[in-house]
Amino acid sequence: MSAQQDVNHHEEPASFAFDPESEAQIEKILKRYPAGKEASAVIPLLYVVQKQMGRATGSAWVPRVAMDVVATRLHMAPIRVYEVATFYFMFNTKPIGRFHLQVCGTTPCWLRGSDEVLRACKDAGALKGYGDTSEDGLFTLSEVECLGGCVNAPVLAVDDDYYEDLDYESTVKLIESLKRGERPKPGSAKGRLCSAPEGGPEVLLDIPLKDPAIVVGRKGE
Amino acid sequence: MAKVTIDGTEVEVPNGASVLQACEAAGKEIPRFCYHERLSVAGNCRMCLVEVEKAPKPVASCAYPVADGMKVFTDSAMVRNARRNVMEFLLINHPLDCPICDQGGECDLQDQATAYGGQGGRYREEKRAVKDKYMGPLVKTIMTRCIQCTRCVRFATEVAGVPELGATGRGENMQIGTYVEKALTTELSGNLIDICPVGALTSRPYAFVARPWELRKTESIDVLDAVGAAIRIDTRGPEVVRILPRVNEDVNEEWMADRGRFSFDGFRRKRLDRPWVRQDGKLRQASWEEAFAVITERMQGIPGNRVGAVAGDLVDAESAFALRELMVGLGSANLDCRQDGAAIDASRRDYYLFNSGIAGIEEADALLIIGSNPRKEAPVLNARIRKRWAAGALKVGFIGPAGLDLTYHTEQLGEGPGAISTLLEGGNAFAEVLKGAKRPMVILGRGAVARPDGAAVLAAAWELARSVGALTPDWHGFNMLHLFGGQVGALDAGFVPGPNGLDLAGMLAGGVDALWLLGADGFDAGLIPEGAFVVYQGHHGDRAAARADVILPGAAYPEKEGTYVNTEGRVQHGRLALYPPGEAKEDWRIIRAAGAALGVDLQFNTLDALRARLAAANPAFRLVDGRVAGGCADTTGPQASGVSLGQQPFTLPITDYWRADVISRASDVMAECSRIYNDPTPRLAAE
Repeated sequence: MSAQQDVNHHEEPASFAFDPESEAQIEKILKRYPAGKEASAVIPLLYVVQKQMGRATGSAWVPRVAMDVVATRLHMAPIRVYEVATFYFMFNTKPIGRFHLQVCGTTPCWLRGSDEVLRACKDAGALKGYGDTSEDGLFTLSEVECLGGCVNAPVLAVDDDYYEDLDYESTVKLIESLKRGERPKPGSAKGRLCSAPEGGPEVLLDIPLKDPAIVVGRKGE
Repeated sequence: MAKVTIDGTEVEVPNGASVLQACEAAGKEIPRFCYHERLSVAGNCRMCLVEVEKAPKPVASCAYPVADGMKVFTDSAMVRNARRNVMEFLLINHPLDCPICDQGGECDLQDQATAYGGQGGRYREEKRAVKDKYMGPLVKTIMTRCIQCTRCVRFATEVAGVPELGATGRGENMQIGTYVEKALTTELSGNLIDICPVGALTSRPYAFVARPWELRKTESIDVLDAVGAAIRIDTRGPEVVRILPRVNEDVNEEWMADRGRFSFDGFRRKRLDRPWVRQDGKLRQASWEEAFAVITERMQGIPGNRVGAVAGDLVDAESAFALRELMVGLGSANLDCRQDGAAIDASRRDYYLFNSGIAGIEEADALLIIGSNPRKEAPVLNARIRKRWAAGALKVGFIGPAGLDLTYHTEQLGEGPGAISTLLEGGNAFAEVLKGAKRPMVILGRGAVARPDGAAVLAAAWELARSVGALTPDWHGFNMLHLFGGQVGALDAGFVPGPNGLDLAGMLAGGVDALWLLGADGFDAGLIPEGAFVVYQGHHGDRAAARADVILPGAAYPEKEGTYVNTEGRVQHGRLALYPPGEAKEDWRIIRAAGAALGVDLQFNTLDALRARLAAANPAFRLVDGRVAGGCADTTGPQASGVSLGQQPFTLPITDYWRADVISRASDVMAECSRIYNDPTPRLAAE
């Protein structure tokens, strides 16, 4: 039988408090919801927590004490926050590395070579597999479901940034530059503009538009 | 109303009813796990699938509203196939450990798998195993058996009002638990065991004790609080092995408080199972003849007005009445059943009853609680208040210690009787809430009148109820909340000082030379004057028995036929589930025999004769299982008799919920609960 993971086997911080930057965001977020419906803000606030933890400790995760703080702020029972935080895998309920490498393993990415991306992550990041955090604390490797970037498969999301059209070499290159503290420009590794064909648009060229970027839905970068 | 055809039978159900309810109205059994009629609808087990004409797929009947002219089929090929497949899915991760599961034999999953399941599973992969959770000393968890119906989550959140249980994680990894490994802070946790349709939540004290078919089941009444919940006492041989609630919509719905449910091991411990007499300052075992001989010898020469009797909190009305007859026969009017010294005016029944009724709480539209913590004093009644509060538009005012969590929002109006005066003078906005309500309710805790100015508190509370319009010909909004199941019965049996009789304080002040204690452990026995001859008749060797000169072993409530009156004045019969241990006897028989020994001719030889006399003395005992609902015809209030309201803040009578009476004080399970729940530091991962 496969036993489920114990949820509480890591070190929890003793306390959590929002910093001024988070407070400013929370103020904006809470304004979106009518009085008495603050609980609707639970997901945005959990993101605020995760970002703040990333800023403060270099590990973007949501400790349980922080969930309690969110519960108090939103007048919810703590368990209701635990339920939300554990349901969405976007919230890390355990500490993670400095960079969160999220490999998309869903069919289009897999067909286009996500196994190679995974192998590159393991090799370059010194990771054993999914769920592992490297010993230097730089990387945590996760498998995620479809990131919605199938046109540019395979996709690797590093924290909030999508790196697309990857193969083994470009993934290794990406991870090496992350190690050096650089943040390469997100997007296609082959230099595609969004999801336009390589080398530029090939159809609908006769539409009289001055800016070809409009054809692919996004104007400029 | 909507006309629905269920398998060809036409039924009419209210608009907004679910298909499942319509099927039940038509007498069709619909299998279900997550649906529970007293909880919100979750619709996640999918066991209640039925076929609806023109619907392309089977529909979950619990969450599907009826429509006029709808045709439902509950036994079509599609339905049978759907149920078989749902069952196969449910059993994918459910262990095949029925032989070692305490739910075996009374398990919804077991029964429904037999009735609706297929021949076998096709799943060959790994099964899921889930770590067991800690939910406190009463609920044992085997979480691998959980089918994630979330009934427990909804019960804790909606009925018990302690949102501490939840479903964390998702999909395969979803788990039911508190996430932080702590005991559920509720007095209703035993009900989680009842509503769990599988063996995931079972009773810890009942673990591996018995199989349901080995048990003898006796329907009775819980007397450990004044709600008088309907219960079933399960016995095997000479032992009570568990106590379960029964359905009684007017009283407990189907819930039960933990103290009544789990203190049954107290029936086996510290029992008085044979008579004892004091010889040369030491108690020694004796025979009944010896005991009565000592009583006759010592009582000889004591004039009637120097004899007194005190009735305890758990006594049945018959034995209280029998003892009263004995005292009257001896020429004594020194009777008291108010061990707490509560200034209860027993001259009129509605002065001390919960007149609105427990079900009447649902009709109230404003509520004031004075000096009572219903969560600890009557958890099931508190759940009813919460139910009414959750339905909306109920404001609850509270006078008493600040900072209590009653599981619903209360407006703190003050800590002492001064707040009642303020309300009477209209000096608080809540007075307008009460006045503006159609059916205002005032709940006065028994603890609020158990103080020197109790009579004034009682009078003021009544006057407040009268002045806000709570006492009308069709609504009686004055309510006293008692603490134990024997208290109202003893008041109804007239166990209060007669003309020129002494109350308990008077007796303790040296007014009597002989004192008969009938299960009376609720006061400090050290206050009994030295030299007074004390007879203790009861079932547990608790505080008072040690002071006694003669101990007469009586029966605890499951060991006798007895009449109990709950706080709303409902007369109910408790039934004998097992015989008293050793030489202990039913209490009315002991008193009858004592009467014979003391030369008092008691006019009853059978329980029926005693009950007939009781009903003749107080006609209220004629109506069994019901109560006279109605308004207040005469709004004259109880008299304060020269006492004025004091300044002392109210204190609550029950300080330790788990050890509030002799039975729970004898129980190891309750001792464990008391240790855990009264421990200020949260306990982490016990197992």
